Amino acid sequence: MRKLLAALLFAPATLLAAGGQALDPAPIEPRDLVSLQAGARTFVNYCMNCHGAQYMRYNRLTDIGLTEAQIIDNLMFSADKVGETMKVAMSTKDGKAWFGVPPPDLSVIARSRGADWLYTYLRTFYRDEKSAHGWNNKVFPSVAMPHVLWKLQAEQSTVQYDTTARDLVNFLVYVGEPSGQSRKSIGIVVLFVLVVLFVFAYAMKKAFWKDVR
Amino acid sequence: MASRLMALWDWFDARMPSVGEEFRKHMSEYYAPKNFNFWYYFGVLSMLVLAVQIVSGIFLTMNYKPDAALAFGSVEYIMRDVPGGWLIRYIHSTGGSAFFLVVYLHMFRAMLYGSYKEPRELVWIFGVLLYLALMAEAFLGYLLPWGQMSYWGAQVIVNLFATVPFIGPDLALWIRGDYVVSDATLNRFFALHVIALPLVLLGLVVAHILALHDVGSNNPDGVEIKKNKDANGRPVDGIPFHPYYTVKDTVGVVVFLAVFCIVMFFLPEMGGYFLEYNNFIPADPLKTPEHIAPLWYFTPYYSILRAVPPLFNSQFPGVAAMGIATLILFLLPWLDRSPVKSIRYRGAYYKSALAIFVVAFMVLGYLGVKSTTVWGQFGFDAFFLDTKDRATWAARVCTVLYFAFFILMPWYTAKDKVKPVPDRVTM
Amino acid sequence: MSDKQKVDKARRNLVVATSVVGGAASIGAAIPFVASMLPSERAKAAGAPVEVDFSRLAPGEVGIFEWRGKPVWVIRRTKAMLDSLKAVTASLTDPASRSSIQPEYAKNELRAIKPEVMVVEGVCTHLGCSPQLKTAEAKAEMGADWEGGFYCACHGSKFDFAGRVFRGAPAPTNLTVPPHTFLSDNTLLIGDDKKGA
Repeated sequence: MRKLLAALLFAPATLLAAGGQALDPAPIEPRDLVSLQAGARTFVNYCMNCHGAQYMRYNRLTDIGLTEAQIIDNLMFSADKVGETMKVAMSTKDGKAWFGVPPPDLSVIARSRGADWLYTYLRTFYRDEKSAHGWNNKVFPSVAMPHVLWKLQAEQSTVQYDTTARDLVNFLVYVGEPSGQSRKSIGIVVLFVLVVLFVFAYAMKKAFWKDVR
Repeated sequence: MASRLMALWDWFDARMPSVGEEFRKHMSEYYAPKNFNFWYYFGVLSMLVLAVQIVSGIFLTMNYKPDAALAFGSVEYIMRDVPGGWLIRYIHSTGGSAFFLVVYLHMFRAMLYGSYKEPRELVWIFGVLLYLALMAEAFLGYLLPWGQMSYWGAQVIVNLFATVPFIGPDLALWIRGDYVVSDATLNRFFALHVIALPLVLLGLVVAHILALHDVGSNNPDGVEIKKNKDANGRPVDGIPFHPYYTVKDTVGVVVFLAVFCIVMFFLPEMGGYFLEYNNFIPADPLKTPEHIAPLWYFTPYYSILRAVPPLFNSQFPGVAAMGIATLILFLLPWLDRSPVKSIRYRGAYYKSALAIFVVAFMVLGYLGVKSTTVWGQFGFDAFFLDTKDRATWAARVCTVLYFAFFILMPWYTAKDKVKPVPDRVTM
Repeated sequence: MSDKQKVDKARRNLVVATSVVGGAASIGAAIPFVASMLPSERAKAAGAPVEVDFSRLAPGEVGIFEWRGKPVWVIRRTKAMLDSLKAVTASLTDPASRSSIQPEYAKNELRAIKPEVMVVEGVCTHLGCSPQLKTAEAKAEMGADWEGGFYCACHGSKFDFAGRVFRGAPAPTNLTVPPHTFLSDNTLLIGDDKKGA
């Protein structure tokens, strides 16, 4: 215990960030519904074979401009009901057996990793014969995940692939906090009300404090 | 309509006159100095934040599950599935940081104007107790989201208790109720966070305010307004708290709420300082995050803990230093030998000491969120350098300055050249 | 004097204005707290319409299915059961279901879309217990004129095979018929009456 404590308190903790790789700023646009929908398609077609978003409900995707019928027809492969969460079909045990570590749930991955990290990560896979699955990554050395999007990357131009990555990150940021957009719009209304309240409260204070010299 | 309401009030007052009496005693006939300035908002704001935390906390408990298997998911459930849940959760998480911000400013005010000095020693002691209870409340509450930072923060802090000589390991075991932080720990922290400490906090707030109202408020001039009374026995420099300070505090509350809302609606994570990024990863007892730091309001003390080198292979000196750094606040009223209260009439010694103290506290706070290598290493080697990290040495210097502020206070406040204090407050 | 009054009036108006805006803001602030106690998205998803296959039910049998955590009965009514409904009309509180809750398409004497398939919530309209099946054979227990139906053990309310309550029972109205629709001869969607939802 003492050793653990010493390690936690005194270990140089610089290893974070990106293993030395500078992060590219992700050009995401949370109000771009076309991009979000494209990201959602990439997510269910490629990521969801192994990763889930177990706190996200399919029917919530109406936020990004889809109808329930579109969600059922185009995005739901393993779920029966539109109110279900985006759980992954693969079990944690299988994941552990296949990749060494169970693929993490991606519901809040954008909130822990950040959009820039994800954007860079998706674009910095490279061939590495030493790794079991033949891939490695610049921001996540010895990553357990193979380059799932490699076919897409091979088919698309660099610009197209960057867009694919951008859309996917855009979607993951949305999934990280589905209420993010309404948070901001409600905030503007609330601040407006507080400004009005301030005007009256300040005038009231002045009216009372006239007496105090 | 108005006369009906008056009649209703008369009916009530005839049967329960103590409500009216207390209102007069603490509000409409409580005479507060008329020269309160900006710094005097933070008392009422602390109370406001306490109320906000209690209300938002009650609604969070309606959907939160204090179960190691469910806790993380229940927070995301609140953020997504509960109508308005995300807002309530952000109110509570922003409120936690806001609480410490207003309390630190409130404490700084007391140091500026000598509000802890005779006859207000008890007000100060209840205040320090409130601060300690608040730290406990924040620490307990931080485990509840059951993310990586929650888990490892609790693990480290509980292990601090394990360094106490002789009883330490058993003490840590007793606090956790298990060999590591686990479901049992989560469950008891939940109970303490939602019931026990809020009751303690409320009780201490009542004691703090009663103690204050018995002796009367200090002010930026440090003049006792009760020494100058008019023919009716009212302090000439005092004004009734209600309506004068109720309307003034209303303005302060609105401005505070606006700042609070800007953070809550537009920067709820505050760049990782209010909601840490690693806390969006569920707790994993097998894997420690690479960089762990407490939330910003604990980092000055965390820096002190890290700065003190282990002695005889024991971390206890650092833990003791951290503990003493908080407990020494209790002694402030007796360490200060100055004949004046307010910084306005104090001399250069105290002014410099306070400035150095504030800088040291902020540097400690900054270093506490960074790794010890943040400022690089010294280029030379020497026998006394147990570590070449510049930041560790900076933290050591600041730790010494922190303690020097208190330990040398009897000397420098007695020696200080003070200015004459006026009889009446200045506006 | 008049000067003083003027000052007081200005103060009063400002106190009123600030209180009104502040009060409105407080009500606004209360909205998320009040709303948080409504059913969550999870509760709504769990309360979504359920598809029910009742092909296993023999004539006269009652199947119990769950919708929104409540028992929903699907009764495959026999000719005898349907006949009994006419016989008991005189002793019912609300034979035409005027003050009871059911979709428009079930607001008839049989309280059903198809006479031979009755769908009804098995929740007593008195205080929410679930009544039990008592067939016409239970005359010894239920009285000589018992034609079959349901009996609520909590406070003794009796219902016929259309969920209609008998007079003299504490339950004020007939059992509630949930929205439902037939997807095929032997499958039902309970909770929604729009096809394909």
